[in-house]
Amino acid sequence: MIDWILAPLQYGFMLRGLAAAVLVGVVCATLGTYVVLRGMAFFGDALAHSILPGVAIGYLVGGGARGTVFWWALLTAIISALGIGAISRSTKIKEDTAIGIVFAGTFALGVALISTVGSYTADLTHFLFGDVLGVRTSDLWLIIIFGGLIILAILAFYKEFLVVSFDPILATTLRLPTRLLDFLLLILIAVAIVVSLQTVGLALMVAMLVTPAATAYLVTRRLPVMMALAATVAAVSGVIGLYLSFYLGIASGAAIVLTCTALFALTWFVQSIRRRFILRNQTARLRSD
Amino acid sequence: MALLDEFRKTDHLIRHHHPHEQGAPILGVTDLWVRYESGAALEDISFELEPGVRLAVVGPNGAGKSTLFKVIAGVMAPTEGKVHVYGHEPGGHICIAYVPQRSQVDWNFPVNVADVVMMGRIGKLRLFRHPRARDWEIVEHALEVVGMGHLSKRQIGELSGGQQQRMFIARALAQEAELILMDEPLTGLDINSQEGIFRILDDLNERGVTMLVAMHDLQMAAERFDRVLLLNNRIVAIGLPPDVLSSQNLMDAYGGHLSLVQTDDGVLALEDGCCGEGEESP
Repeated sequence: MIDWILAPLQYGFMLRGLAAAVLVGVVCATLGTYVVLRGMAFFGDALAHSILPGVAIGYLVGGGARGTVFWWALLTAIISALGIGAISRSTKIKEDTAIGIVFAGTFALGVALISTVGSYTADLTHFLFGDVLGVRTSDLWLIIIFGGLIILAILAFYKEFLVVSFDPILATTLRLPTRLLDFLLLILIAVAIVVSLQTVGLALMVAMLVTPAATAYLVTRRLPVMMALAATVAAVSGVIGLYLSFYLGIASGAAIVLTCTALFALTWFVQSIRRRFILRNQTARLRSD
Repeated sequence: MALLDEFRKTDHLIRHHHPHEQGAPILGVTDLWVRYESGAALEDISFELEPGVRLAVVGPNGAGKSTLFKVIAGVMAPTEGKVHVYGHEPGGHICIAYVPQRSQVDWNFPVNVADVVMMGRIGKLRLFRHPRARDWEIVEHALEVVGMGHLSKRQIGELSGGQQQRMFIARALAQEAELILMDEPLTGLDINSQEGIFRILDDLNERGVTMLVAMHDLQMAAERFDRVLLLNNRIVAIGLPPDVLSSQNLMDAYGGHLSLVQTDDGVLALEDGCCGEGEESP
């Protein structure tokens, strides 16, 4: 058993992959609590897909250099986040329709750009589904710096984000800069997407934002606990997923996401059994109130 | 206003963006219009309120009650006209509290009662500051005022309707609000819970808090409020309850959708299809 756990750790790529998976998991899951509570899952998915043209340009310009791809992706993600935010505010088109238009359009542009390169299919797969075992030390540093910035922002604006998410009207009457806070949240999501580009890829990104947070949402009643639990679920999924990937030869991003999904399903199953008993007690208490 | 005075004496962090103008009414609404694409929600609304008044805002569904509250709270900009709080535009004041309709709140949000009441303090906390022991004391105190001191750690989804409403009133207290806007706080509550809310409103009146309460029950408006505003996109009437709730005015506001019943106490109006959860949507 010990050997089974230790054997993969002798490989440098596995250690770096584990570090990346855990870090990205913690950052995305913590931020993901707001994505879940504010019903922004579709937005997150769309935003992840819409940075493909930036990734493609970075890839073409830099001749495949990771750093160039990262910065181009970051730039596109922020522009897309602000763009989607602006469109959905200022036209009579409903938000999800606006997101759909921007999302599909930019994604198609990205595919078109990448298809001009010879090794098109392999590279596209890479961006769409990630390659956590190919993470280099320089990639890890970018994950640590930008992931750290996201966590710092969540902690620094904790009470402001809480009020804006729970009761936007209160936030307005308290004179909080609600628009600025909403945009900041969009930008944080954009940065999180770029940070996890290498781990799970654009197509599966939304699972990192939503699934661990939703799992925690099932069992907690307070936001800080939900954040901590979501981060734990994501970190554990990252580790289990990579081991599954190592031993079963499954694609790493898919293995991580499938582990998250399995943990969610398990929690949901246990909760729905527990709820039957709790519900009975609750009705009794409300009646006596 | 013992509670508020107590807050002020010790609180050096209160941010008064504008000083209160002496002698100005707490609320002044002048020539207010709100137009949507589908038509006007509010037409030429003008009225003033003295501090400490308890005003019932009544009118049929879609009369613009929620819209009026949102404009006064500064959440929605009017198409035309002005709202003044103590002589200033509402932007500078954080002394207005808006108590939302219960149906508009996400009761599964992972917060407990004390967390929600603490949100009222956040306007007084600077950036990067966490609530201090004194803020938690104020929260506890506000919860005791509404009789919910023992429920501070309860998850909000587990509260009864009356408790949910009282929690938001506690939040308005923690916010040190001087003008509280309540959007249908009595809807869906049983008689006992409604009485509980009225006891708290009486208490707030003694503390000098001004209240606007949107509601459907005309008899309750007549019996329990100082002033009544009868709204149907425009002001049909405003003033003392018996003057406002005349059968002529009620026919004016509700048209055929109202049955008037003569009782010993006067005219009792029953609104058809009353007390729906939702209000007009913008």
